Amino acid sequence: MKAAVIVFPGSNADRDAAVAVEQSIGAPPKMVWHRDTELPKVDFIVVPGGFSYGDYLRCGAMAAHSPIMREIKRAADKGTRVLGICNGFQIITEAGLLPGVLLRNKDLRFICKDVYLRVEQTKSDFTRRYKSGEVIRIPVAHAEGNFFADDATLQAIEDKGQVAFRYASAAGDVSDETNLNGSRGNIAGIFNEKRTVLGLMPHPERMSDPVLGGADGRKMFDGLVEALS
Amino acid sequence: MKARVHITLKNGVLDPQGKAVENALHGLGFGGVSDVRQGKFIEMKLKAGDAAAAKKEVEEMCRSLLANTVIENYAVEVID
Repeated sequence: MKAAVIVFPGSNADRDAAVAVEQSIGAPPKMVWHRDTELPKVDFIVVPGGFSYGDYLRCGAMAAHSPIMREIKRAADKGTRVLGICNGFQIITEAGLLPGVLLRNKDLRFICKDVYLRVEQTKSDFTRRYKSGEVIRIPVAHAEGNFFADDATLQAIEDKGQVAFRYASAAGDVSDETNLNGSRGNIAGIFNEKRTVLGLMPHPERMSDPVLGGADGRKMFDGLVEALS
Repeated sequence: MKARVHITLKNGVLDPQGKAVENALHGLGFGGVSDVRQGKFIEMKLKAGDAAAAKKEVEEMCRSLLANTVIENYAVEVID
């Protein structure tokens, strides 16, 4: 299995993602600059977190039109697995790879802490190593993670099993109290219809080794390796 | 030729920034203020030949980059 991590001006979680990917694959991923017009042949692409283009205009809007994004869309259409983390989630929604959009957090604060997520959908290469309903602890670090989609889109996402994770309590309860940032349906992460593209606000790569305080995020990368190797 | 673009949040889309501005205005004693919504204003120069072509071009810019039509509306005004 081969992987690539995309690097935009302002990315800051690209190296974290590379370390987590290398740990699971056993080889370093290719680091691909946003102005590149060709993708190396890979099975898995990470669009990492950060503040691409200084979050100008809207978070992820400029990066969504980078030269490399055309190639990423083409690869995603052919089934290459794409993972957008935090700013990467914002970028791939702006690029139209996933429905909806990420708005400013309801309380306007930048939220940086470990949160509990309930795993909603295990039938994907990203989540196959988790159990349905399992509660995992993963850190978030964002000011614009408030997932929004109109009623019809939200219903379609729910009906097609595209919700990957919801903000929950340690016991797995999902409620307004556990809704970190105002996201509709407490949604922390969603898939595309084929479940080959995943976007999420929390950072699994930052919880992928016990030395980081936990390894709940590692199962995501291990699952991908298991499925794609 | 110049164009001005107003980008506003669609009805029903939560606007926490507008809400915070509204609360600050209430704090300053502007008690009659309600429904504050914050948007964007973009101004640009264009080489387009006529106003109709300019408007068409800027609307295309809105759809492809300037606005996210999932949550935002846009209005284009062309000035000779």
